[in-house]
Amino acid sequence: MIAPGSEAPKRKPSKINVRVLRQDGPGLPQYWERHQVDYEPDMNVISVLQKIAAQAKTSDGKKVSPVAWDCGCLEEVCGSCTMVINGRVRQSCSALVDRLVEDNPEEIELQPMTKFPVLRDLMIDRSRLFHNLKRVKAWVPVDGSYDMGAGPRISRADQEQNYPLSQCMSCGCCLEACPQFTKIELQRQPGETDESYDLRKKEAYDQGFIGAHAISQAMLFNAHPVGKNIADERMEALTGTGGIAACGNAQNCVAVCPKEIPLTTSIARAGRAATVYSFRKFFDR
Amino acid sequence: MMGNRVLVVGGGLAGLAATMKLAELGVSVDLLSLTPVKRSHSVCAQGGINSVNDLTRQQGDDEWQHFDDTIYGGDFLQNQPPVKEMAYWAPKVIDLMDRLGVTFNRTPEGFIDRRRFGGTLYKRTAFAGATTGQQLLYALDEQVRRYESEGLVKKYEFWDFLGPVLDDNGRCVGAVAQDMVSMQIRSFAADAVIVATGGNGLVFGRSTMSVFCTGSAASRCFQAGAKLGNPEFIQVHPTAIPGADKLRLMSESARGEGGRVWVPRKPNDSRYPKEIPQNERYYFLEERFPKYGNLVPRDIATREIFNICVNEGLSVDPTRMSVYLDLTHIPRAELDRKLGGILEIYEKFQGVDPREEPMKIFPAVHYSMGGLWVDYEASSSGGLLPGSPQNQVTNIPGLYALGECDYQYHGANRLGANSLLSCIFSGLFVAPGIVNLMKNNKAASDLPKSIFEKAVAVQESRHKALLANQSGDENPYLLHQELGDTMTRAATVVRDNAQLDEAYAKVLDLQARSKKCSLSDTGSWTNQNVIFTKAVQDMFPVSLSILRGARMRDESRGAHYKPAFSPPSLKSTDPAERLREAEAWCDDFEANNKKFLNSTICTWDGTEPVHSFEPIDTRLLAPRPRLYGLVGAEAIEQVWKERSASAKAKPESKQLVSAGT
Ligand SMILES: Cc1cc2nc3c(=O)[nH]c(=O)nc-3n(C[C@H](O)[C@H](O)[C@H](O)COP(=O)(O)OP(=O)(O)OC[C@H]3O[C@@H](n4cnc5c(N)ncnc54)[C@H](O)[C@@H]3O)c2cc1C
Ligand code: SF4
Ligand code: SF4
Ligand code: FES
Repeated sequence: MIAPGSEAPKRKPSKINVRVLRQDGPGLPQYWERHQVDYEPDMNVISVLQKIAAQAKTSDGKKVSPVAWDCGCLEEVCGSCTMVINGRVRQSCSALVDRLVEDNPEEIELQPMTKFPVLRDLMIDRSRLFHNLKRVKAWVPVDGSYDMGAGPRISRADQEQNYPLSQCMSCGCCLEACPQFTKIELQRQPGETDESYDLRKKEAYDQGFIGAHAISQAMLFNAHPVGKNIADERMEALTGTGGIAACGNAQNCVAVCPKEIPLTTSIARAGRAATVYSFRKFFDR
Repeated sequence: MMGNRVLVVGGGLAGLAATMKLAELGVSVDLLSLTPVKRSHSVCAQGGINSVNDLTRQQGDDEWQHFDDTIYGGDFLQNQPPVKEMAYWAPKVIDLMDRLGVTFNRTPEGFIDRRRFGGTLYKRTAFAGATTGQQLLYALDEQVRRYESEGLVKKYEFWDFLGPVLDDNGRCVGAVAQDMVSMQIRSFAADAVIVATGGNGLVFGRSTMSVFCTGSAASRCFQAGAKLGNPEFIQVHPTAIPGADKLRLMSESARGEGGRVWVPRKPNDSRYPKEIPQNERYYFLEERFPKYGNLVPRDIATREIFNICVNEGLSVDPTRMSVYLDLTHIPRAELDRKLGGILEIYEKFQGVDPREEPMKIFPAVHYSMGGLWVDYEASSSGGLLPGSPQNQVTNIPGLYALGECDYQYHGANRLGANSLLSCIFSGLFVAPGIVNLMKNNKAASDLPKSIFEKAVAVQESRHKALLANQSGDENPYLLHQELGDTMTRAATVVRDNAQLDEAYAKVLDLQARSKKCSLSDTGSWTNQNVIFTKAVQDMFPVSLSILRGARMRDESRGAHYKPAFSPPSLKSTDPAERLREAEAWCDDFEANNKKFLNSTICTWDGTEPVHSFEPIDTRLLAPRPRLYGLVGAEAIEQVWKERSASAKAKPESKQLVSAGT
């Protein structure tokens, strides 16, 4: 018989140990810090971080500033909260504590993503990810927003192919896992204006690998009846510097995508399209 | 247009729609948001977006019917011209989103597929899988990124809006905001400022909303002199998954597919649910509403679940109030086929398989119908006048509000799938009016610098004072928890005057205590602690307005339910007597409307809200009773029909002409 108030026979810890890789600001050294919070049922990593923020003390009682992190929807649809948890890149809102302690009852280890500049602690700067969407012109080039009637008819089969791709929430997991996507971090120079710093960043990003998410978005819009009107411009980006040729086809990206987007299918399509495009360009010269 | 700039605060559906349209009209836009706009709360919307369509038209539907459903669903608390305009624009909005590439679900022939939502008889709702909000937001985000790459839009992401800047005549000429990474505070000169900052669910602690939905931006406008309208109208969804960090929505379709709601008859029964025999289970919705069972309307389901836990003490979990929503009697294969997506959410976040174990659910704050008061200019046909700078403007000239943070479209209760529509519609519609406004005004960038410097100085001193305050002993996180608990208890499902008074005093006290917050982070780099503390402090003016609005409204209307002031059912079974009761009921209804068919208006006096009522523009549709589930509804309906007919016969009758014009 189970005593009133007690849960199912699974044993739950009363405390959770958390090890966080912290960094006070860009360019500063990283360091590990230990925290301990009370266990509650149904916790996820976000609620652990909320508790850490509220107590602002390490496990040996030292007063510290709260850990900085990023989150939004708390239901794995906004892409804000990506971090590296027990060595795996994923969303912290859907990382359940019960599961994590099953794998490692000793502690939970939290680190910021490694492919993006750290702003502070677990907060990273993913502006490059959004910039790369501009490189592939990931939009439908409509005339404008005046009422021109309905859009083109789309078959069910096409919708079913495109909908999964359009669920990409720009979380960056695929980039963290990709061996070809390496970190680009610039330091602001003394006296540099916002504009020239931004410009320098853009130029640097334009040299780097574009990433699986952007390749997949390019394929999404190239498949759209109006989006494909600028397919060549997207192919120009994909065949240029940091384009599809840089992809080593390691397929790490598809394994970590939380939305299970068929990234390798998109990459294969992009690869074939790039070959065709390059040939055509060669003969059109 | 050279030199004109508009500042848009918030990049959800409303802010992005406005930004896109302004850029298209050649206006430069600064777009400011707490988060990269693509991550705004609008991504959470699952269900869909409403409009009349070719199919429903052939079944007798039209724009007028959509308008009528929205007004009736909102219990007549909306000014009618903006709602009419929205309903008439709805098909155009869907067409536009379709052209922008939204991956709407399709019929076999390739048309946009539709589903039916609450409050209507027609299949008006277009949807994209279970992520309609995300898909709509991305389509607008992509267009705005296109204008950004052309240089017309400049984004300021991870920035916190601190308040509008007003010139000496009280006109809004820009805003002050803070970079949440570098903590720099600066001003933005703007010829108009649009606030599209979404709902305020966090005032209730936890809700179905994102962490960004603090309502702080609207509160800062309120404290700067903008009026609030109908703040007390808060929609509570009956079924959400209680979580330590958030209350995640559990769609109504779980009950639609046969889910049963129950609790053990014995309080604090700690047995595993499957071990509790049938006769010891209380299927309270089925027992109390034999006709509708588990599919009673949303507000009734919400009230009953709340009541069973709070007043009857039958919660299934001693630490976290909840009831069982049970699907375990339905075959696994059938569940996977019909409810796969939403069951995965439960599984992912609760770590429990709802096909094996009943889900634990509880109502949750979901949507704020009220918000910043905004104006409109009606056209001769009773819609809105296109291009009028009065549309969507707050009582502060030059300061506009749209999306969930305005009070305009949903009255006392929002219909499902109408919010995404109101956001996109108002964003598109406001832009030409702002362009016209700017034709006549001096550019804000030419104004004396001192106006902006003064506004920045005020914010800098607030910021510094917070960092310097080490003597206080209040923890902002705990204050937020206390506020959320108080508001959830007093101002959600059931409202009672004594409880509202008590909560008001408590919140006033919390507000005073919040001035003594001491921060655990006093640094000057990416200090989330200070940003959060400011947001918490700014929750109090809004919370007090919600409580005051609810206190002053001695009636039940839409989401606002006060049992002490609810009209009774008819009692008599004798037909003549019943008719007499129905007459009296209708007299009461009319008398009540005279008093309360008014918008609540709150202004801020520095520490407390000042309350007043404003008449509602019912020029198009006369108010009529909502009788869902009431005993004696047929008799009341009959009496009401006769009265309306005789009122129409003599059009001068005061009874049906609204208090406003
Ligand atoms: C779970 C859920 C499901 C829903 N499903 C539906 C549905 O199916 N159909 C429907 O019609 N409606 C639905 N709704 C309602 C609908 O999603 C929202 O009302 C709508 O998305 C609000 O959009 P918005 O543009 O007004 O604001 P939001 O999308 O909330 O955007 C607000 C913006 O303001 C910014 N912001 C806020 N505060 C500040 C500040 N202080 N400084 C700077 N920027 C700030 C944010 O960063 C963000 O960019 C649902 C709501 C929820 C919670
Ligand atoms: S397949 Fe290409 S994009 Fe994906 S991880 Fe490998 S190299 Fe990166
Ligand atoms: S493709 Fe997947 S992993 Fe990559 S950003 Fe999009 S959602 Fe994230
Ligand atoms: S908070 Fe949005 S994905 Fe985790």
